[in-house]
Amino acid sequence: MLRAELRTRLGELSLDVALSVAPGETLALAGPSGAGKTSVLRAVAGLARPAAGRVACGDETWLDVAAGIDVPPEARGCGYLFQDYALFGHLSALETVAFGLRGRPRAQRRARARAGLERFGVEALADRRPAVLSGGERQRVALARALAPEPSVLLLDEPLAALDTRTRAAAARTLAGALAAASVPTLLVTHDFAEAALLGDRVAVIDAGRVVQEGTPAELAASPASAFVADFSGAVVLTGRARPGAGGLTDVALEGGGVVTSLDRHEGPVAATVYPWEITLAPLGSRADDSAQNRLEVGIVSVTTIAGRARVGLAAPQPLVAEVTAASAERLGLAPGGRVLAVWKAAATRLVAR
Amino acid sequence: MTGRHGWFIPALTAALTVTLAFLVLPVVAIFADTSPGRIAGSLGDGASAAALRLSLETTAIAIAVIVVVGTPAAYLLATRSFRGRAAVVTLLELPLVLPPAVAGIGLLAALGPRGLLGGAVADAHVQLVLATAGVVVALVFVAAPFYLRQAQSAFAAVDPAWLEASRTLGAGPAATWWRVAIPAARGGLTAGLALAWGRALGEFGATLMFAGSFRGITQTVPLAIYDRFATDFDGALALSAVLVAVSFALLAAVKLGDGSGALGGAAR
Repeated sequence: MLRAELRTRLGELSLDVALSVAPGETLALAGPSGAGKTSVLRAVAGLARPAAGRVACGDETWLDVAAGIDVPPEARGCGYLFQDYALFGHLSALETVAFGLRGRPRAQRRARARAGLERFGVEALADRRPAVLSGGERQRVALARALAPEPSVLLLDEPLAALDTRTRAAAARTLAGALAAASVPTLLVTHDFAEAALLGDRVAVIDAGRVVQEGTPAELAASPASAFVADFSGAVVLTGRARPGAGGLTDVALEGGGVVTSLDRHEGPVAATVYPWEITLAPLGSRADDSAQNRLEVGIVSVTTIAGRARVGLAAPQPLVAEVTAASAERLGLAPGGRVLAVWKAAATRLVAR
Repeated sequence: MTGRHGWFIPALTAALTVTLAFLVLPVVAIFADTSPGRIAGSLGDGASAAALRLSLETTAIAIAVIVVVGTPAAYLLATRSFRGRAAVVTLLELPLVLPPAVAGIGLLAALGPRGLLGGAVADAHVQLVLATAGVVVALVFVAAPFYLRQAQSAFAAVDPAWLEASRTLGAGPAATWWRVAIPAARGGLTAGLALAWGRALGEFGATLMFAGSFRGITQTVPLAIYDRFATDFDGALALSAVLVAVSFALLAAVKLGDGSGALGGAAR
């Protein structure tokens, strides 16, 4: 079990975070850049010292500022995957993986390093320097290096951010496999909620130095605790004022006009959230999908088609995004400047207090 | 491309040509005026051979001292920030702009018999003035900043994440320095070593002022050249050719031995 409580000032930001990660579990610390995510990893690894706090791994205390304990990074032995991998430019892949195996007999070091490269399918690159490796290959060598000394904790800093979109999917599979096989606590940092949901057993959303919500990815998406979490997890956030409506529903009068309906009970200023893929678009005046409680007449601002999906920017007049198939976008003749009905169910509208 | 700005590239080319010709011409002239036979002959002369041996020995010792002490000092300057760091860096570069004669006077005032630390030097039973050890001291003084500057920028160019990665992999600060920082900075360190060695081989003023010019004891090749210049110009010319050849061979050996284009100067 890894436990960390950290408090420190980072320029304008005051970081105050408490985390615990069980062996074999992956906690994804997700948040926008500048939220203090990397500082948490550095403090756990011993690369930076917070003003106050404790870090303990199993029954070893690594840091206790009040008691004057600060174990240096080399004695903590965290497996650390750096954001741009930080592979040593002067060493071959094999030497790089063997770097952390000092103190073992030479033959054993080589065998272990080679086994590490084989595990990630890069044994053919053993003699290459990082300069000639692709991004995906570097990630594999860096993972092999971090795992070779059998660390007691695994720390991953934006493990996929340095990769282009083509290699990212394959690298994410490699990483997910490695994390599933790891029996140690793993702390992963990312600015991408989808990546956190994919790789983390639990996700802690961090904003401005504080964890604002923690739970499984499904829990966070289903009931975001704040408009920030909803927005960060990819939802559309509309602000307005809630009041009881007909049939036990809640009506939200949106700022700038329009009313949306939710099953959640709330009164006063709220943020209404809905995911873009829950919104369908219909021609004005259509009776399609009559059961849906939310029917908002909106203006089309933009239409972006990627791989068979169309992302439609709307003004309600608050900004709103819908994701529909490219085929239906074409059938509806969606184009900037046009007007359509945005339709979704009351159950898809979640309310959080503002 | 060749519009009305067509004169610009030719102008740059002309500037480079003039620069190259001016800087290379004297070196060419030394060899043009000296036959290989004369160079060999000048080495056969005992005084010249002694001067060459003394130059090689003293510069080798001076460079060893500079590397052993200067490398850790440069690493500290490059990787830690502390109060007064900029002042320290400037002070270390001072010998670069000091006229060699002034450097010699300064060394006398500091380490000479009546100098600031003259008593301590005498108590240690070390003779510097008019002694071979004094030559080494003068060489270290004038050549060290060349190495320190290069080493500092080479260490500063090492990605700090490499050093941190090394720490998380179980290497302490000293092991990280030895196993990551030095190999990563090797190109820049070698370039600094070559520059410092070249400067030490050519050292004249500070050595003359501080250690004097005694054959076989303090008379290095540059001093021997000056010694002959008045009486035996051809001999001085031949010895100059030897010094150019030795300097060039040393730089080439350092550069080739490193294999990473040391004089390119880049650390990575």
